Amino acid sequence: MVRLIINGREVEALEDTTVLQAARRAGIDIPTLCYHEALSPYGACRLCIVETGVRGATKLAASCAMPVEEGLQVLTHSPRVLDARRRVMETLLRRHPGAVEKLAPLARSMGVEPPEPAPGEDPCILCGLCVRTCEEIAGVRAISFVGRGDERKVSTPFDRPSDTCIACGACAYVCPTGAIKIEQVEQVRHSELVLGPNKAINVPFLQAVPKTPVIDTRYCIHFRTGACSVCQRFCEPGAIDYSMEEKEEEIEVGTIVVATGFQTFNPSRLAEYGYGKLPNVITSLEFEKMSNAGGPTAGQILMTDGRKPQTIAILHCVGSRDENNLPYCSRVCCMYSLKTAHLAKEKTSAKIYELYIDMRAFGKGYEEFYKRVLSEDVIVIRGRGAEVTTYAQSPEEEGKLTVLCEDTLMGKRRRLPVDMVILSVGLQAQADAAQLARILGISRSADGFFMERHAKLGPVETNTDGIFLAGACQGPKDIPDAVAQGGAAAAGALSLIDAGEVLLEPFTAVIDEERCSGCGICEPMCPYRAITYDGEPRVAKINEAVCKGCGACAAACPGGVISARGFTDAQVLAEIEGALAPVAA
Amino acid sequence: MANNADFEPTLIGFLCRWCSYQGADLAGTSRLKYPPNLVPIRVNCSGRLDPVFILHALRSGADGVLVAGCHPGDCHYHDGNYKALRRVVMMKKALETFGIDPRRVKLQWISASEGELFAQTIRSFVEEIKALGPMEREGKPAAAQAPAEVKEAALHAEEARVLKGEG
Repeated sequence: MVRLIINGREVEALEDTTVLQAARRAGIDIPTLCYHEALSPYGACRLCIVETGVRGATKLAASCAMPVEEGLQVLTHSPRVLDARRRVMETLLRRHPGAVEKLAPLARSMGVEPPEPAPGEDPCILCGLCVRTCEEIAGVRAISFVGRGDERKVSTPFDRPSDTCIACGACAYVCPTGAIKIEQVEQVRHSELVLGPNKAINVPFLQAVPKTPVIDTRYCIHFRTGACSVCQRFCEPGAIDYSMEEKEEEIEVGTIVVATGFQTFNPSRLAEYGYGKLPNVITSLEFEKMSNAGGPTAGQILMTDGRKPQTIAILHCVGSRDENNLPYCSRVCCMYSLKTAHLAKEKTSAKIYELYIDMRAFGKGYEEFYKRVLSEDVIVIRGRGAEVTTYAQSPEEEGKLTVLCEDTLMGKRRRLPVDMVILSVGLQAQADAAQLARILGISRSADGFFMERHAKLGPVETNTDGIFLAGACQGPKDIPDAVAQGGAAAAGALSLIDAGEVLLEPFTAVIDEERCSGCGICEPMCPYRAITYDGEPRVAKINEAVCKGCGACAAACPGGVISARGFTDAQVLAEIEGALAPVAA
Repeated sequence: MANNADFEPTLIGFLCRWCSYQGADLAGTSRLKYPPNLVPIRVNCSGRLDPVFILHALRSGADGVLVAGCHPGDCHYHDGNYKALRRVVMMKKALETFGIDPRRVKLQWISASEGELFAQTIRSFVEEIKALGPMEREGKPAAAQAPAEVKEAALHAEEARVLKGEG
């Protein structure tokens, strides 16, 4: 630790830091423009000027580039310093009128009245943050300062489009005046639902478990160019380890609860709704993300041009109850559509249409909520939304999304011009459900979700002992039902574990080793490798603890020497004869 | 082969416990209508099926044999259904050399959720065997081969259909 005296006060500073950093650490505010804690200091803007030395022999210097020294005396807000900073700011604003708009608040806070903004002018203040970022963070050096004096600017070599730029966006991110624009920033997608750009390291969403950030190595600059590493430098506990790799772990368990959830129906298949083609046609889940206070719009409901929608249409049963897509009802959409209407009304006061086929408000408090939404003047229309079009047939429809539907209660076809269309998409099994079912050895129902043992009496078990189902992976359901099912599945699993011993079926295969001819045909038959074929003389032996009782070996044995207990040849043949006895007689 | 309109085939079905037997159960709980001609025999896996069982069934009074198991890749015991497939194919070839129409043996993959497929399989198979006529067996006259109960049930089903106007 190094001891400084700042504004007459003793301040302790870490070794190898600058006066600026020490002052800020002590809570003293010094303005900067060209400083960034992740970059090496440059000292271009001169706003961080401080007065150092003892009275009578002081000088002005940029604190961002001044290393701390034991006993150094610093004045950060003396009249001389404040005067100097004001002059610096005035000069800056006059030299770069294009930056006045962005810098005006900082100027005023320093007591400088900014001149008139000149928005058409170049806002670049030559602070060099972008150049240093491109070199030190991105590691590619695609841009640098070129020219001298009046001609000095930031550019690529020979002003040509750059081959080395990796379009990371870091330069635009650090620029204090918005002089660098990135067009078509690739949207970093951590899920299907990102409505705006995201950082390469972040917590995927607020409710993530565990709630620790994760690095997407496809976009992280460190993994692309070897540079940056800023996150690791600034992580105080030192929790960032770039060498971490995905590991496969094998865990032996006695029971499994499958709670792999669902995916929403992708409405891109339904060309009539224009999802993915028309702006402001979003899914219910995208609305939910936008509505979340931690989301890309801080909870506001906005159209793509930033305006609040004044009219909204919510279309039920998108993908569901549809012979051509999901024939079943997805159970939760009516209620979440009502919730969407309620939230949208609250946040935008827009006129809201809700197009439904049936209103399925079956649960506790659901009907009451439905009544409430009706009382909020949400216009419910009984008729599935047929089409969303931008082809206007009247002045009211110009520039709007027009929803075509049939109002079956009125018996009329209607055209509803709205600003935003929200598609209430149905629920379907995860894309890898078939693969997972095969791995676990469980079945799927006709609708693609995992199959429960019995529709009424076994909603959490599967046909495979020890494997349980919980939540929407078994079928669309809402949160209370999923929670209840999760509890039941856990109880089922626990009761198996608690028992301490497992009851097995006795249907194992047994070999009469004395009569075994040693042909070896049975050994490769067993999918569990329960049969060993060795010894002197070589005969087959079955490990009954491993045998699962499929009987494939018994069927294959040419000598009839293997008995599949419970399903022996004699037993099956007797069944056949018994079943056919009335005919054979 | 004699082919009288009265003929009600007797069918034996070997159903695997994990898929096709459950599919048959589902057909039942779903109250699906299908002819009562098939007697199911449950085994743990279609791979248990010794091809001799098929022969024995045909010899003992069955006019047709259905073998039903899990879809390829979904066998509860990993690959028992592939063994069943190989055995049925082999058996059908053998039947042909014996002079028995191999269409009397049908292999159908039916999963636990395919109740309708099970019912439809029975419906088609019954019609197919009706067209083939009764299985010829030594010393047994062709006409007297359907068991009394099966004929009775088929008659009731026919009446019910006519009454409902389904024709």
